[in-house]
Amino acid sequence: MHGHNTAEFLDGVSGFIGCFYLSLAAMNATAALYLWQTGKARSYFKVAGLTITTAHLWLAVALIFTVMGGIALGGMAGLLSLPIGLRAALDNIMGPMTYTLGSLVILTVLYLGRSFFVKPIVAWAGLNLSLLFMGLSLTDYDFAQIVTKPDNVPIVAMVYLLAYFTWLSAYRAVENDKRIANGQGPLESEDDEKILVWPDLVYTELICMIVLTVVLLVWAVALQAPLEEPASAVKTPNPSKAPWYFLGLQEMLVYYDPWMAGVVLPSMVVFGLMAIPYIDFNKAGNGYYTINERKFAYLTFQFGFLVLWVTLIVMGTFLRGPNWNFFGFYETWDAHKVEALNNVDLSEYFWVRIFGVGRPQAPEGAGTLQSIGWILVRESPGIVCLIGYFAFLPPAMVLYSKFFRKMFIQMGFLRFMVLSNLILMMALLPIKMLARWSSLNMKYFISIPEYFLNF
Amino acid sequence: MPPIDQIIRESQIWKSIFRHPAPVDRRNRVVVMLTNFFLHLHPVSIKKQGIALSFTWCMGGITFFLFLVETVTGVLLMFYYRPTLEWAYADITALRDVASLGILREVHRWAAHAMVITVWLHMYRVFLTGSYKPPREFNWVIGVILLLLTLLLSFTGYLLPWDQLAIWAITVGSNMARATPILGHEGPGAALLTLDGIDMITNASDARFGLLGARFVGEETLNRFYVLHCIAIPLGAALLMAIHFWRIRKDGGISGPL
Ligand code: HEM
Repeated sequence: MHGHNTAEFLDGVSGFIGCFYLSLAAMNATAALYLWQTGKARSYFKVAGLTITTAHLWLAVALIFTVMGGIALGGMAGLLSLPIGLRAALDNIMGPMTYTLGSLVILTVLYLGRSFFVKPIVAWAGLNLSLLFMGLSLTDYDFAQIVTKPDNVPIVAMVYLLAYFTWLSAYRAVENDKRIANGQGPLESEDDEKILVWPDLVYTELICMIVLTVVLLVWAVALQAPLEEPASAVKTPNPSKAPWYFLGLQEMLVYYDPWMAGVVLPSMVVFGLMAIPYIDFNKAGNGYYTINERKFAYLTFQFGFLVLWVTLIVMGTFLRGPNWNFFGFYETWDAHKVEALNNVDLSEYFWVRIFGVGRPQAPEGAGTLQSIGWILVRESPGIVCLIGYFAFLPPAMVLYSKFFRKMFIQMGFLRFMVLSNLILMMALLPIKMLARWSSLNMKYFISIPEYFLNF
Repeated sequence: MPPIDQIIRESQIWKSIFRHPAPVDRRNRVVVMLTNFFLHLHPVSIKKQGIALSFTWCMGGITFFLFLVETVTGVLLMFYYRPTLEWAYADITALRDVASLGILREVHRWAAHAMVITVWLHMYRVFLTGSYKPPREFNWVIGVILLLLTLLLSFTGYLLPWDQLAIWAITVGSNMARATPILGHEGPGAALLTLDGIDMITNASDARFGLLGARFVGEETLNRFYVLHCIAIPLGAALLMAIHFWRIRKDGGISGPL
């Protein structure tokens, strides 16, 4: 913490934080009112003749947030912070590995426990907790610095929108799966009555456009579009970041060379997305939300979209600082932070560490073809691994797994090869991450800098 | 005297513009959908669940609306902005400080961010409802191209303010093209393309050069991105959207349980 005055900073944000808590209070009060009015509130127990219901619960939460809002508006926002020790501890355990594996574990838990987590009361509690965490963190200078950067605000919004829609779809899917198990059709088949587009749809669209226009105008008045100093080809900012929607690709540069991260993998993402309708032979789940009827497709897509695309963007935006080093939520972006880089190539492991000989090297004055031959020998361990991975794993999957065998028979050779290779390609990123983070510190499986070909 | 709105509705001018009477009864509510150019994108009637917000999230529609917002604000921005090294940055500053409607640039930028997010959410919804399954496979493919075009629109627009944020983001992004296999001068296989010992692929002839129009992000790049951003990509996207919407109808309307 340097370069800023904590008290001054807190003064500056306390108004905003106060309004933030007050809107949370309003949000919970509305929920309580809604539950009470519609009679949807569930009662828990009786105290002194009064039945305590969920409406009371959210009303109490609203009161707490109101008090917090008052404290912040009264200029004591500093009271509403996470303890410094906790912040330091969180920063300490955070790293690319904890972040990525942690997201994976959390999403897996959410998936497995989906019938519990989609319950509105659980989801609402989760929303409140995450917003509380945001509020408590906003009093941290470094956290606030990154999260409230104008260009980053949409990303915070995106995270919440994605969480909401993931919940909504899972909620409906769980409901549908229950109905289908009971022999009923999905919810969507209830509403197959035909209605006129004018007025129903046309008016919905009109209202939608008006609301959006208002949102955009308010947003535009509240947040000024960023404009930095005029472009200068000699002053490189640190960190230099691509636009936010490409930060997942930039993050992959840590593990892959640019020709993979910037060219081959994005092309495969586009190609893979286009291939989905032609690979997915499952006829069920067309036109309604369901998870049970298409588990494999669901999990594969969620892994690609939520884990590989979205969480990497979030990490690239909020947690990657100068020199693309990793910084925890509450850590100052210090350009002088040094991270020891002693990554080792596979060929180095193989020849030097295991066999104790030098890496094979073409003799002095060798011709082009001869030196290519030597390079291939040098990199043979990685080449063998890779060929094994892409050429032998798919047939092995068919031979040894009942699940994939059934799939293979239904899909045919070509579809299965496309599917298995796309999935193996996706899986390669976490594999490369693990190989890097583990004590192996693996850099490249194949390293041919002579021809810009590292893998 | 009849009420004023009735006078207007019955005037020759009004009748010549709107080819149908006010849609107050069932018959005219059908007719209005068929005879109005903008409304005829829609069918006359639709399954109730096809317009349920909890089903479509309205995300495709919102994306389209944001595209229209971008078109309108973009045209207004073009009145003020000149894509040259001399003027680009100054014009952007003037937009904030001098031009009336000082939030034009803000609306354009935030709507662009929002559009990227809503396209993703739209794709997410289409996937989660399995709506890409037959007969809608090809509309999904068109959608993927639209997604790509949306990202490219945003990417090319990022450069135009010509500030530090802009040129370095584009530099980082386009540096990757340098490593295109075969076609980038630092890409694997580029060394194979030689004629009589002269490299065909150099930093003045590779994929990155094609993208930037120069060896680094400079005036040629600004011009190139400007044209792509204001003309080429929007035209392509508009065409594909037309096909996308047409296909929705031809494929049997919004998907639903069979
Ligand atoms: C600029 C981008 C896009 C625009 C303006 C757009 C617009 C729309 C609209 C208005 C609909 C009607 C239903 C709805 O709102 O959900 C729709 C449906 C559809 N979109 Fe898009 N879309 C875009 C991108 C995409 C993408 C990225 C995909 C997939 C990768 C996609 C695939 C589909 C499919 C398959 C349908 C039919 C859904 C159904 O029948 O349930 N679209 N699109």
